[in-house]
Amino acid sequence: MKICVCVKHVPDSAAKITIKGKNQFDESINFILNPYDEHAVEEAVRVKKQVGDSEVIAVSVGKKDAINTLRSALAMGADRAILIKTNIRADSVITSRALKAAIGQDGKPDIIFTGKASIDNEGFQTMYRLAAALNMSVASNVIAFSLDQERVLVECEMEADARGIIDMPLPCVIGTSKGLNKPSYPTLPAIMKAKKKEVKIIDLESLAIEKPMSSIEILELKPAVEERSSKELKGQPEEVVMQLIRVLREEAKVL
Amino acid sequence: MEKIGILIEIKDGELKKTNFGVIAAARDDCHELYAFLLDGSGAEFKSHLAYYGVQKIIDISSTEGPLEWNPVSWSIAIIHAMEHLGINTLLGLTSSQGKELLPRIAAYLDAPLVMDCTDINLTEHTVNKSQFSGKTIATIKANGLSYIYGIRPNAFEEKPAPCEAEVIPYQTGPESEGLIVKEIKQGASKGIDLSEADIIISGGRGMKSSENFRILFEFADVIGAAVGASRVAVDAEWVPYSMQVGQTGATVSPKVYIACGISGSVQHFAGMKTSGLIVAVNTDPEANITKNCDYYIVSDLFEIVPILTRQIKEIVGEDQLTGTK
Ligand SMILES: Cc1cc2nc3c(=O)[nH]c(=O)nc-3n(C[C@H](O)[C@H](O)[C@H](O)COP(=O)(O)OP(=O)(O)OC[C@H]3O[C@@H](n4cnc5c(N)ncnc54)[C@H](O)[C@@H]3O)c2cc1C
Repeated sequence: MKICVCVKHVPDSAAKITIKGKNQFDESINFILNPYDEHAVEEAVRVKKQVGDSEVIAVSVGKKDAINTLRSALAMGADRAILIKTNIRADSVITSRALKAAIGQDGKPDIIFTGKASIDNEGFQTMYRLAAALNMSVASNVIAFSLDQERVLVECEMEADARGIIDMPLPCVIGTSKGLNKPSYPTLPAIMKAKKKEVKIIDLESLAIEKPMSSIEILELKPAVEERSSKELKGQPEEVVMQLIRVLREEAKVL
Repeated sequence: MEKIGILIEIKDGELKKTNFGVIAAARDDCHELYAFLLDGSGAEFKSHLAYYGVQKIIDISSTEGPLEWNPVSWSIAIIHAMEHLGINTLLGLTSSQGKELLPRIAAYLDAPLVMDCTDINLTEHTVNKSQFSGKTIATIKANGLSYIYGIRPNAFEEKPAPCEAEVIPYQTGPESEGLIVKEIKQGASKGIDLSEADIIISGGRGMKSSENFRILFEFADVIGAAVGASRVAVDAEWVPYSMQVGQTGATVSPKVYIACGISGSVQHFAGMKTSGLIVAVNTDPEANITKNCDYYIVSDLFEIVPILTRQIKEIVGEDQLTGTK
């Protein structure tokens, strides 16, 4: 079985984002494997072990440094990797087309795993666009996954802790959520071994993707205003609670 | 004036309150509003929707009756209805259902999509949304032939704008493309959904155990709030993941967010920083959350929360007696 995992190199959520110019940010900060994609890699490796005779290929669209994120995926157990290199910050339309082209060149997979969202752009859509481009079924927010011959059975998170049980044919695209598994931290030998695994680099331009009809343009980035006045409510417990209730009533008008 | 489609969400047979914010966002400068309902309840909610300014209610069903929930057939039905009515712009909620349907529709139409919009200009096709765990606000322009937007629940105030509404039935063929919804398992969590609540009370590491969350649920019951949690409380398995607020959990914008025993990490803030009022109860006056909230109380949550519940109960009780609210 051929399993692809799409991963993204994203700024660490603890890093400070400094805006440069109108719509850029200082990228000399720590970048990581997108947290939701860890669950995708973990599940791909788990399925490979379960099925046997399978291969896991990690694929990323990103700048040169995204190779580090691919190495993380390799250390978690992916067999080889493909970096689709570009200097632009590709939107989800371009990203899904690039993934389709590179994955197509490599040979059609049976399953494609990816995280349910990236923590930088929070677009929630690349897996759906990729599935539409490849004419595959897709389910996202997946918290349970099992394989049964030519079909997969997944549980998807819905509102208020409800779960949708979905049955789909292979090949398909799966967007993984947090409850699916607990990603294992790579061991030192696994990290060393990952350095020797193959990473194929393809230039985005060389994929000759047709210019899409739609696009998303970031016109401006602004720091989110964070200032809140942080007033302390002081006094004995009964008194502070009374003050809080006054706030809820008069200021927030929720009582 | 353009025709704008709005994907309306129903929960437990009721119109979700957060729909009205989406309708307000869609009206912008008086567009013609088309509400899409897929569960056969179009006629039932006519007066509610008309009160908020919806002129056309598109009651979508299949030739075999109301559509059973299936994200593929629902998406295709909406696309067919949009095409039939000549609608190029669709708005919905960035909710569980919205996250299932809007990207599918955008992918089929090859249309640009921005989820979690906090501001919108339908004429310019520009929106604002937060990025990088809420650290920046991006102004984004969508280019394409049609446009799909997911609105952050509670980002827009509901605005009544009564008008006359007409219910238009629309039938599509039953369609399924390989994906079968076998069953929907209802969750254990009861009460109000995080994204729907005006008030959220959340617990973190300071809650110390699963049982202790009971005091938050008691508060929530009295006032009609939802209960949330930090990742620490979820990872410790005190509460289910569906309650996690933050970067890798739910993004919420209630009128009031009360954080109990939560330090206020960047990742937690990412999920609740656009709340109306943030209140913290924390024993540590130096906790990060006390520097970036509206009000904080330096005290033991196990002391404060039960008093809060009791005092509110008294007020609610009095109001019921005197018949005011
Ligand atoms: C990639 C990534 C994603 C993450 N995503 C999320 C996310 O989505 N949501 C999230 O919440 N976190 C997330 N985190 C984790 C985050 O970094 C913090 O570890 C977490 O938010 C801390 O939870 P906490 O505030 O409950 O615990 P702590 O930081 O330990 O704070 C506990 C607080 O409780 C107070 N306290 C203790 N006892 C009491 C008492 N009796 N009364 C009052 N106060 C008391 C303490 O003073 C302290 O301030 C993420 C981290 C990473 C790396």
